Amino acid sequence: MTAGTGTFWENLPNLSIADIMNKLAEYFEFVNVRYALVVGIFIAFCSALLGVTLVLKRFSFIGDGLSHVAFGATAVATAVKLTNEFWLVLPVTVICAVLLLRTGQNSKIKGDAATAMISVGTLAIGYLVMNISPQSTNVAGDVCSTLFGSLSILTLTSNEVWLCVILSIAVIVIFFILYHKIFAVTFDENFATATGTNAKRYNLVVAVIIAIIVVLGMNMVGSLLISALVIFPALSAMRVFRSFKAVIFCSAAVSVISATAGMLIAILVGTPVGPTIVAVYIFGFAIFSVIGFFVGLRR
Amino acid sequence: MPQLSCQDITLGYEGKIVVANLSFTVSAGDYLCVVGENGSGKTTLMQSILRLKAPMSGQVVTGDGLKPEEIGYLPQQTEVQKDFPASVREVVRSGCLNGCGMRPYYNRAQKDMADENMEKLGIRDLAKRCYRELSGGQQQRVLLARALCATRKLLLLDEPVAGLDPKVTKEMYDIIAMLNQSSGITVMMISHDIAAAVKYASHILHIGNQQQLFYGITEQYLQSELGKIYAGWGGAKV
Repeated sequence: MTAGTGTFWENLPNLSIADIMNKLAEYFEFVNVRYALVVGIFIAFCSALLGVTLVLKRFSFIGDGLSHVAFGATAVATAVKLTNEFWLVLPVTVICAVLLLRTGQNSKIKGDAATAMISVGTLAIGYLVMNISPQSTNVAGDVCSTLFGSLSILTLTSNEVWLCVILSIAVIVIFFILYHKIFAVTFDENFATATGTNAKRYNLVVAVIIAIIVVLGMNMVGSLLISALVIFPALSAMRVFRSFKAVIFCSAAVSVISATAGMLIAILVGTPVGPTIVAVYIFGFAIFSVIGFFVGLRR
Repeated sequence: MPQLSCQDITLGYEGKIVVANLSFTVSAGDYLCVVGENGSGKTTLMQSILRLKAPMSGQVVTGDGLKPEEIGYLPQQTEVQKDFPASVREVVRSGCLNGCGMRPYYNRAQKDMADENMEKLGIRDLAKRCYRELSGGQQQRVLLARALCATRKLLLLDEPVAGLDPKVTKEMYDIIAMLNQSSGITVMMISHDIAAAVKYASHILHIGNQQQLFYGITEQYLQSELGKIYAGWGGAKV
């Protein structure tokens, strides 16, 4: 996505508020830009909800691992010329998520090693498959855009947008219905199990949901950067807030605001969408760290 | 009928026996202390009672109107909890979850019960504080209040005074004794501290050398050879 002509640094100082408004209005004429914003906001919201649980359960890296799985599956789906690659990518990612979260504590290969193994393994296989049966002449460009999500969020079809919105709403509804159970299982799995909560079942639900978010999120920031969506909002919120509920809501708010800001900046000044969004998340984290420092001083 | 009875259970990991042929019962109003050295199988026993881990043989049976998921459990603290952002109220209320069934949120009665239990343990004024910022003794009270929300009958305590200083340790023991005597809650506690065990408990279960070395009331334990050796050290910790 390049806006107008010239580079980022040439565009930046020439923008006045009126220019920005005009330019945004111009871009909002395009249905694809509106789709991108809707999808981005939903994904940012969902990933922030689940991110808190994953960070607290020491599963921060699962998003990264799963996104590489999704990358490998996408490559295979493209190579075998599936019309809708989504139906291969989602099941494969869900299965890997369940395997990774289940092996957690008592397996021969420990959780972090298993994540690393599946992560690099699928990344390599995906790149191999793309090279063996290239679907376009520019393999490097294809790989780059899958990894960093440079274009795909601006090329969504209306069907994809609907699918994404419906899955996101399902994730949000499930999360709020299971909210107290997810809290109990995250805080103390043994206590929850002992008092009759089926912790395994809720871990499974979390695994499936995170796989869905990863597959959806690939369109937005690409598979290398998806961990950022999961961990930055949670970490930012945890700097300042001290109850689970406050952290969840703050995390969701930070995520939606940062993702929206990131997409608008990317559209206005022509930077790649994924990295711009992640840069805004990092900026948000810095602000919350400073606030957290001063809040800490007052206590 | 006892609230809890273990009939000839054998516990272990991956085919290796940790402790064999345990048989004992816990009845309403008892205060049972399980003592023994590290690795003698105390924690494994507790996991079997909580159904976190099946025994290799034998059965753990609950009775006297106690359902297995109505045992209030006070675990040792985990690594995850050290930086967990949760208010005291959120943690205590999570003990009510076994009364929720399919209902996604807590009802008025459950919220009131959580408040009552915080009141009982003197942590009502901490309700909005962050769990991870409390002292060790305060954290134990929070987890004890959560356990009380999960049960009206039987508390299972895993080393409740581990890491606490002597003054707070005594307060904790007094709270547990108060719950046992005035609220009529049965207590089963794992402990290293034999001096405190013989002071507070009505029954003692001593395990070691992969077997049950003693089970009976505290007076008998003090008369037994084993009791004379361990309790006779006058507060020595096993």
